[in-house]
Amino acid sequence: MGKILECREICKDYGQGRLVTPVLRNINFSMESGEYVAVMGPSGSGKSTLMNLIGCLDRPTSGEILLDGALLKDCTDDQLADIRLHKIGFVFQNFQLLGDQTALQNVELPLIYAKVAGNERKKRAAEALERVGLGDRMRHKPNQLSGGQKQRVAIARAMVNHPELLLADEPTGALDSASGKQIMELFRQLNQEGVTVLMITHDAHIAEQAERMVFIRDGRLSEAGTEALGKEEEHDGEK
Amino acid sequence: MSENIRLAFQGIWNHKMRSFLTMLGVIIGIASIIAIVSTIKGTNEQIMKSLIGAGNNNVTVSLKQGSSDYYMDYGLPAGISPVSKDQMDRIRDFPDVEDASFYLERSWEGNIANGSNALSSGAVYGIDTHYLGTKGYQVISGRPFLDSDYPAFRKVALLDETAAEALFPEGGAVGGTITVKNEPFVVVGLVKSSASGPEINSLMDYYNYAQNANGVVMIPDAVWPVIYQYDEPQNCVARAVTTNDMSNVGKEVAEVMNESVTGYSPAEASAEQDAETADAGAEEGTDGTEAGTEGPASGNAAITYRAEDMLEKAKNKQELSASTNNLLIWIASIALLVGGIGVMNIMLVSVTERTAEIGLKKALGARKKTILGQFLTESVVLTSTGGVLGVAAGIVLAYVISHMSGTPVAISVPAILIGVGFSMLIGIVFGLLPSVKAANLDPIQALQRE
Repeated sequence: MGKILECREICKDYGQGRLVTPVLRNINFSMESGEYVAVMGPSGSGKSTLMNLIGCLDRPTSGEILLDGALLKDCTDDQLADIRLHKIGFVFQNFQLLGDQTALQNVELPLIYAKVAGNERKKRAAEALERVGLGDRMRHKPNQLSGGQKQRVAIARAMVNHPELLLADEPTGALDSASGKQIMELFRQLNQEGVTVLMITHDAHIAEQAERMVFIRDGRLSEAGTEALGKEEEHDGEK
Repeated sequence: MSENIRLAFQGIWNHKMRSFLTMLGVIIGIASIIAIVSTIKGTNEQIMKSLIGAGNNNVTVSLKQGSSDYYMDYGLPAGISPVSKDQMDRIRDFPDVEDASFYLERSWEGNIANGSNALSSGAVYGIDTHYLGTKGYQVISGRPFLDSDYPAFRKVALLDETAAEALFPEGGAVGGTITVKNEPFVVVGLVKSSASGPEINSLMDYYNYAQNANGVVMIPDAVWPVIYQYDEPQNCVARAVTTNDMSNVGKEVAEVMNESVTGYSPAEASAEQDAETADAGAEEGTDGTEAGTEGPASGNAAITYRAEDMLEKAKNKQELSASTNNLLIWIASIALLVGGIGVMNIMLVSVTERTAEIGLKKALGARKKTILGQFLTESVVLTSTGGVLGVAAGIVLAYVISHMSGTPVAISVPAILIGVGFSMLIGIVFGLLPSVKAANLDPIQALQRE
């Protein structure tokens, strides 16, 4: 298994001139293919910014990111869009489903951009929904689904193009604990099937599910094994 | 693309009221244009029909001086002899001439009476046996002129219904006696034009339709000198085989008849014809002044036989009506412009409302041009739907205008296609700015706006 992701000396600043706010400072981080990594950190620590950079939604101020061999800073906007389409699946805290489209149509969306023809598209979207246990909810619109079901639709959408990397930003943040557990179980299954998962969370119990955790604080990243989690939390408490 | 169109229609359906109000400007603009164009086209077809005689393909060839008709009231034109039997036969033998009649005419004759009943100003025609058939008259009572009426110089007359009513208000016209310039004529029959509209075969006929409607008296051309003059040159009405032959029939008939004009040269005549065509437009615009400048006093231009080129005259009249109506089309275009601005406004609102959706789509891998395409498609579907509704409304409006004003309607298919095409163009032009705005949204900021 090779490296799927490598971040080298990444810095990201917001603002201009004297009002520059550094958000990420010299981040070095890499992931092996098939890994399951949780990024933890308090609000405002820069974890979402890191995810946006890795997800090709934004570009770093300095440093470089290699995703599946492609150097992102050399890519045009359209090339970045293609990487997002084929190599990355996004799962958001607030699901980000289109309210006026059915579950099936929501899952079809990335396939439309990948120019998959009508019948094949419907078949693949239906398969993805069945895989997340929503085979009987395909014609339902988001407002007819529970929070957990919505997130499963979002996961089906993220997985429908068979991406290399699944990026999840607080995927259980808007769910009750039972639904959260189901979602985490789904991530574990996907990871066992070989999907690389990078999950952002501030919930230590959720993060425990991952093989590896990294912490971001004030824009700096520190790696730690699972055992370091407790100490980190203690340290937080002392403050 | 088909997915974009599906989404666009879904969007319109989900916001029915808003979409309809947005489309309203386009609907009104397109409807006005379709209604105006249809009315213009209907009017044009009516002009064409009236001027070329409701499809009876008749061409009138008469004496003209300059651009005006020559009237025999001015006196016999010098150097012009009546058309001979040989000329008549040659004209009737032309392959594109179905039949031809040679006749004499007084358009305004004040002295027609039956005792105290007078026809204040009727038209008198001295006709041959071909006249009724060529002009499309039917004998509704009594008999037509017989071949024997001519050599016997019988003073007989045919009346149209208007003349019969004026001269014989109590009926019994057939068998009665009328006087024309104090000469008695026995009415042998009543005729009726079979054409549904007014029988109009020259521009003067058209202008003086009211005059002609005062009544028509026909007498055999053999007895014409009894009330008028000997050796008057005839007019000719020739029926062409097809409408397209009319111009050519006019030329060849005039050519043969001009053999009767002393010193006639075809080159001069064609130069004069060209000059007439050139100033025809101006002539149409100054109808009122034409009467004042006509007659022998108007100049020393040669008197020759010429055909009324009805197609040309019709075109000039149509151009006149089209140019006035072009103004209306410009006004309607302003409605379209306002409609387009409305579409742009709503599309901008829509982009702002759907920022999160745009961000999500970008995150899922949509390229800039995909987003651009989606919003442009929405805009074009919106305006095209407006265009189609506008066309339907325009057709209804055209029929309503027609019903109220009495002008005919001719729905113009090119106008419909251009209307729908133009509404699509509005969608592209006014949808471009909002679509570019959507395509250039920063996906992160778009995703954060929830």
